[in-house]
Order: sequence, then structure tokens, then C-alpha cells
Amino acid sequence: MSRAGYLALGDQLATSAEPLIRNLVRLAPIRILLNLFGRLGLRGRGLVIFLPYAWLALFFLIPFVIVLKISFADQLIARPPYSALWELSEKGYLTIKLNLNNYRFLIDDALYWKAYLNSVKIAFVSALICLIVGYPMAYGMARADKAWRNILLMLVILPFWTSFLLRVYAWIGLLNNNGIINNALLGLGLIDQPIVMMKTDFAVYVGIVYSYLPFMILPLFTALEKMDVTLLEAAADLGCKPLKAFFTITIPLSMPGIIAGFSLVFIPALGEFVIPDLLGGTDTLMIGHVLWNEFFSNRAWPVASAVAIAMLLLVLVILYLQSRFQRAAEAP
Amino acid sequence: MSNPRSRFVTAWMCMGFAFLYIPILSLIIYSFNSNKLVTVWAGFSTKWYGILLRNEQILEAAWLSLKIGFITAWIAVVLGTLVALCLTRFGPFRGRALLSGLATAPLVMPEVITGLSLLLLFVAMEQAIGWPAGRGTFTIIVAHATFALAYVAVVVQSRLVGMDPSIEEAAMDLGAKPAKVFFVITLPIIFPALLSGWLLAFTLSLDDLVIASFVSGPGASTLPMVIYSKVRLGLSPEINALATLLVAVVAAMVVGIGLFSARQEKIRQRDIQMAIAANK
Repeated sequence: MSRAGYLALGDQLATSAEPLIRNLVRLAPIRILLNLFGRLGLRGRGLVIFLPYAWLALFFLIPFVIVLKISFADQLIARPPYSALWELSEKGYLTIKLNLNNYRFLIDDALYWKAYLNSVKIAFVSALICLIVGYPMAYGMARADKAWRNILLMLVILPFWTSFLLRVYAWIGLLNNNGIINNALLGLGLIDQPIVMMKTDFAVYVGIVYSYLPFMILPLFTALEKMDVTLLEAAADLGCKPLKAFFTITIPLSMPGIIAGFSLVFIPALGEFVIPDLLGGTDTLMIGHVLWNEFFSNRAWPVASAVAIAMLLLVLVILYLQSRFQRAAEAP
Repeated sequence: MSNPRSRFVTAWMCMGFAFLYIPILSLIIYSFNSNKLVTVWAGFSTKWYGILLRNEQILEAAWLSLKIGFITAWIAVVLGTLVALCLTRFGPFRGRALLSGLATAPLVMPEVITGLSLLLLFVAMEQAIGWPAGRGTFTIIVAHATFALAYVAVVVQSRLVGMDPSIEEAAMDLGAKPAKVFFVITLPIIFPALLSGWLLAFTLSLDDLVIASFVSGPGASTLPMVIYSKVRLGLSPEINALATLLVAVVAAMVVGIGLFSARQEKIRQRDIQMAIAANK
């Protein structure tokens, strides 16, 4: 996309925005609000920092504190369905009740263990398949000539702009017993009866690889495009075989892209709900799906909160590992 | 491009792109199938489009989703730009690391966790201060703006970092106030990032099922929520028709933006030519 077009639009916007803002500031409610912020010592720079900070603290940080709190609460049949964590008695004593049962439940009930392990397995294998499928594609894109490169890049990004839910839905039509693939194979006489693909782990893998493949290709493409091709020429001049040069030069140099792509697929796949719900079978346990069911079907808010906290810890461990690997890969 | 290696890469790329596009193409083709059994071809028909456009529930949900997406995008662009400004232009300040963490965390947070935590916040707030009373459009907008602003912040930040700071410094040296510098110098330069950030926030909001399902209340069903409740029951030719319409809108937008920027580029080239000619 050309920058010039945006810049021309930007000029117009800016010339019209400045007087608009100046007039907005004069409006009574906004003047009173700004005055109030000003008295609190918030003007200019302070206000610019305060606004997003307050929003994120209220709507992102505090919610986690509440999840943590409710994960220690008792399940009640009430609205809302959990007990209070602390109570102030009439005499002024503060009692705090920490209930670890929800966490014990996670450890004792094999369902949760299996769901966590299965999620990690499915996410890992899917990321690996994405890497194998995506690497040659990113490689070909990075080495294509400039006009083609932009078109191919566009083709990778384009599915992002169409609905994720509908793209997963498309696979139901393809994988069903009387779906497009089975109909084609039956029509060609290659099989006698439909292959069961829907409601299996296979369908979940297909769905995840399909949905997240662009997340793998984009960072790989960026890493491969940046690469200095003369290194390969130098290696060839010195008698290195192309395949060896690929493994000793291209792969190590694209390592940051590999790690970025891998975690971009792995992390969202781990908490995926839509794909296992629509394509997976009843035995496809994934932790995002378990949390959803605990919450919506069982109305077990405290258990769902404990599942969320454990899942959060898992994500943090993965992010930590990712930053370690990334640093190691970028070190010379 | 004739040696076996590049032929392998080309063949692999063709298969990869086929994998990315065949499902979308299959949705489009079978939306014109007259059969109620979506994947069994029975002849060309556009009747499902008619039925779709008379489906009140879907139309209402689509309208609600567009409204939510529109408001979400504006909030996310304003807050995301403020975050990006704080992180790139304000130097070190107290709590900078926390702000940076808070602004990137929604990118990697599983949707189920974000949805659950926001719902529990809204429930706790309603209990404590009676606001927001009930859940619906408002709570969905707040939830969507919170995660969309993180995406906007990333897009705008990379633009701010890549921008030449000397222009802003020159304006400052000439006595322009920070707010004026922002509106006259910085804003036009980062405008492409704001536009793509806006579109990204709008799309993210329009596309979200999980978070909206958590924080929504009775009576506020967004388009993905309605699609999901239909799709759970199996294939539906109406949903195929809806998908085709959405793909057509996206494709038209992409072609439109492409043509627009090509035209702007031509104008710019002409201006440069004229400027050169005038200076001769």
C-alpha cells in the first residue's frame, strides 16, 4: 500500500482535526472534566499517561485479581454463584476464607490433567505442522521477485480479514461424512464408504493448522527476506552443496522467525475453543473448551477461575521459554 | 526458476495457497446450491441469499455487530495511540514497564481467560456499585476495546519508532506546543498506522465470538454468536450465503484500497514531476 495516499488523507484529517479539538475543549462537560483532571495534577503529559493506564488497570489488571479471588471461593447456588472471600463480622473481626478445594479438584480429577496435556500436545504438533508447511512457502515468497512478493503476501494476509468462525465452518462442509472430500472420493470410486474425519482429532489439527498458518508464514517471511543472499553465494563459491548451505546458513539465520512463528501458533492454539468445539469429538479434550463448559454448562465459576489461573501460569511459562529461546537465537 | 529445487518450492507454494483458499472457495460455490443439503449439488440457485436477507435475527445481529465494531474501533484507536505515544515519546516514567506489559498482554492472552475475567469484573462491579446494570452492548464494547487497543498500540508504535524524530524536534524548537506538534506533525505521519489500526480493531470486534459470549447478556447477540448457534447444529446454506457476502465485501475493500493508493501514488509522481519541472 502506498504511503503517499495515506499521507494525503492524513494532511486533510489533521487540518480539520486541530480546530475541532480546540472547539471540543471549550465544550462545558469536557472543560469541567479537564479542569477536574487538572486539579488532580493531571494535565498534558500526565493525562496522556493516565487515560490508557486507568483503562487497562480497570479492565485488564483488576479482572485477574478478581479471577484469582474467586478461584479460592466456594461454589454456591446463588447469584453470583460463589461465596465471599472475606467477611467483616459485627464485632469488627475480619475473617478470610481461602478455599483450596478448586485447585485440589484440578489435581485430583484426571479430566483436567488430560485436558492440559492434550492441549499442549495438540498445540505443539499443530505448530510443528505449520512450520513444515509454512517454511517452504515463506521461502518461496521471500525469493520471489518484488511484484509477486507483494501479491503473495497479500494472499497470506487476506484470510485474516474474513471471519475466523466461518473459515472453521467451511471445514465442516469439507470433512463431513457426506461432505465435499468424501463425495469426491466416493464419486471417483477411490473409496467404498466415507472416511470418518469430522469429530476427530484429525479435524482439530486440520482446523488449527489452517487457521494459524498465516501466523507462521509472516514472521518466517520477514526473517527470510532480511537474509543476506550473498552468504549463500559465498558458500557455493567455497564448494558448499546447496542442501548443506540451507541447513547451516538459511535455517540458523531464520531461527528468530521460526521461534516467533512457533509461539504465535502455539499460544492461541493452546486456549482454542471454537475449533475443538466445532470440529473435535467428545473425546477431544482441550483446556479452553473445558473452561467454557465449566462456566456455561456447569455454572461452576470458582472451578472455571481455577482452570483459568492454571492456564495463565502455563502461558507465562511458555512466554518465558520463548523469550529465552529468542534471545539465544538472536545472540551472535 | 527451472532447477528442481525451485520447482519443488513453487509446487509447495501452490499447494499451500490451495489449502488456504479451497475452504473459502467451497463456501462460495456451495452457497449457490439449491439443495438444502449444503454439500450435495442439486443445481444453481440464489434463493439462499433471499432467505438470508429476510432473516430478521441475522440482520439484527449484523447491525449490532457493526455498531459495536464501529464504536470499539474509535476507542481502541484513541487509547492504543495514547499507549504508543507513552511508550515511544515519553522516555522513562514510573510504571512504564507495567504499562508496556499491560498493553501487550491481551495479544497473548487466551480469549477464554480474557472473557471470563472481564465478566467476573462486570459482575463484581454490578454488585459493588450497581454499574454497569446488566450486560449487553456496553460491556461487549468495553471488552472489545480492551483487547483491540493492544493491537492498535503495536501497529502505531512501530510507525512511531520508524518515524524520523527530527521533524518533531524541529517543530518543538520553533516553539510549537506538544499538542500542536502532535496534531500537525505526528498525526499526519502516523495516519496510515491509525487507519490500519482502526480497520484491525473493527475486524477483531466483528469477528470475536468467545469474549462477546462471556460478557454479553440476554438480548445482545452479536453476529458471530448467532452464526455459532446455527453452525453448532450443522451446515446451513444461509450461512454459506452470508460467508460469500462477507468475502465479497472484504475483497471489494481490498481492491478499493489498492486502487485508491495506486491513484494517490500516480498523483504524487505527477506532483514530483511538476515540482522538478518548475524548479528547472
